[in-house]
Amino acid sequence: MAGSASPSIVAEGLTAAYGDRLVWQDASFTVNRGEFVAVLGPNGGGKSTLFRLLLGLLSPAAGSLQVLGRRPHRGNPAIGYVPQRRDIDPDLSIRGRNFVHLGVDGNQWGVAIGRSVVDASQRVERAIEAVQAGAYADRPIGRLSGGEQQRLLLAQALAGEPEMLLLDEPLASLDLRNQNVIAELIASLAQANGFTVLLIAHDINPLLPIVDRVLYVAHGGLTIGKPEEVITTERLSRLYDAPIEVLQDSHGHMFVVGLEAESAHHDG
Amino acid sequence: MADVSIVGTLSPAAAPYFGWDLLRDVQELFRYAFMQHAFEAGTVVAPTAGVIGYFVVLRGLSFAAHGLSHIGFAGATGAVLLGLPPIVGLLAFTMSAGAVMGALGQRLRGRDVTIGLVMAWSLGLGLLFTALYKGSASRAIGILFGQVFGITGQEVAVTAAAGVLTLLALVIAYRPLLFITLDEQVAEAKGVPVRGLSIAFMVILAVAVSEAVQVVGVLLIFALIVAPAAIAERVTARPSHGIVVSAGLAVLFTWAGLTVAYYVPYPVGFFITTFAFGSYVVARLLSYLAARRTVRLRGWRAEQVRHSP
Repeated sequence: MAGSASPSIVAEGLTAAYGDRLVWQDASFTVNRGEFVAVLGPNGGGKSTLFRLLLGLLSPAAGSLQVLGRRPHRGNPAIGYVPQRRDIDPDLSIRGRNFVHLGVDGNQWGVAIGRSVVDASQRVERAIEAVQAGAYADRPIGRLSGGEQQRLLLAQALAGEPEMLLLDEPLASLDLRNQNVIAELIASLAQANGFTVLLIAHDINPLLPIVDRVLYVAHGGLTIGKPEEVITTERLSRLYDAPIEVLQDSHGHMFVVGLEAESAHHDG
Repeated sequence: MADVSIVGTLSPAAAPYFGWDLLRDVQELFRYAFMQHAFEAGTVVAPTAGVIGYFVVLRGLSFAAHGLSHIGFAGATGAVLLGLPPIVGLLAFTMSAGAVMGALGQRLRGRDVTIGLVMAWSLGLGLLFTALYKGSASRAIGILFGQVFGITGQEVAVTAAAGVLTLLALVIAYRPLLFITLDEQVAEAKGVPVRGLSIAFMVILAVAVSEAVQVVGVLLIFALIVAPAAIAERVTARPSHGIVVSAGLAVLFTWAGLTVAYYVPYPVGFFITTFAFGSYVVARLLSYLAARRTVRLRGWRAEQVRHSP
């Protein structure tokens, strides 16, 4: 394992493509350990593709990528991944706890025996406590609210004892209050455990108090910087190649105008 | 043998009767070799069907499982036409079809029309093979509705071997299979071979279906593969408990069906499906009542909180 001073992600001249279809190209950036990065950009711009590269599910078309000091590889136990919220069948008769348990040993063959059973259930318990989901972890997951499901899916990622979290739209389809609660929960977990976090979002506002930097994925390229540097009228206009205006209200909430067609991040 | 086993009815010379002497009843039940074989086969087939059925229901593949058994009908009748044991054709057809279905993966979902058409055509093909065979139609009826009272000792041995292999495969695949069933994207990222495992699952299912066809036949497969699992899902939300309940119920339905059919001159397939269906209705009723009680309790508790100072 690399020293704690080395960066979590190093990309140089990185290009993502599905076969002949280019998604974005020539991206060079570094994400430091313990950093909280919001990944923003229009739908179809390649935000989830970035995650697929980091998870080792897609090979770079060009350039180099290092994740936690190594080349990305599928099944990396150091990464906790929460995909875009799936619609869980309301009739699914499986406890939330069993979902969390998959994060510990779901990828192992055979059945658990001996001490590993106790170890695994302790890890599951700790993960459930960490997201404060103890009250409903034994109820069928399909019956829970979106926020409760999101907490348990987060617990599943935590149960794998990761160093890095890749969260794909964890705030989507949550109400405003829950968006803030979940965002704060993720931030406090990241701080307590020293996680590096990449979080894909539509709306920057619930994340503004907690993000270190913003990674914009748009129009074939990646741009990274502090929110106040990246989310500006000039930068976004150049990035999208369209007239875009960033407004701020008296509470510091940002509104990006001109991206309605792209459904970027004005829906908060 | 074939005449005794048509649709599983019995007409032994001395009609057995059920008394209050349990020991005598059990001895009576196992007096004939065909009855021993039937119980042996049923006891091997049922738990396998129950365990794999739990995953079938969870993965939403009930209709695909049903389709597999119908495809098996064409295979079984084809084998008879070629002078081979029906189980050979059953396994060949269901396993190939299972591999194709597994390769289609998620694209199989919502393909009811395609599966249904393949099903119908397979039955038609089986009908043609039966006509070409020119033998007694009882073979075909046996495959459609089960011929457990006609099962031979050798067939029991083959079924037992297949059953043990199926269960062993499921024990090995248990956790990754649960993972790809509940959370395919994360499972893929965590290094589970999603595609390979999906194909393997359908092939294992094909073997389990072929075994179950020997007891309940092609048409009544739902009773052993889907019904116990569907009930188990209503009883518990823990996968490990669900699998045990499902396997237990499948064994129970089979034993009960065989026992009643021994004393009553009606087909065993009718009794097994009746026990399965009856239990499912009771389970739905109970879970409906339990849900209503929970809602009322919650309302009552909320009321208490509101009134408390």
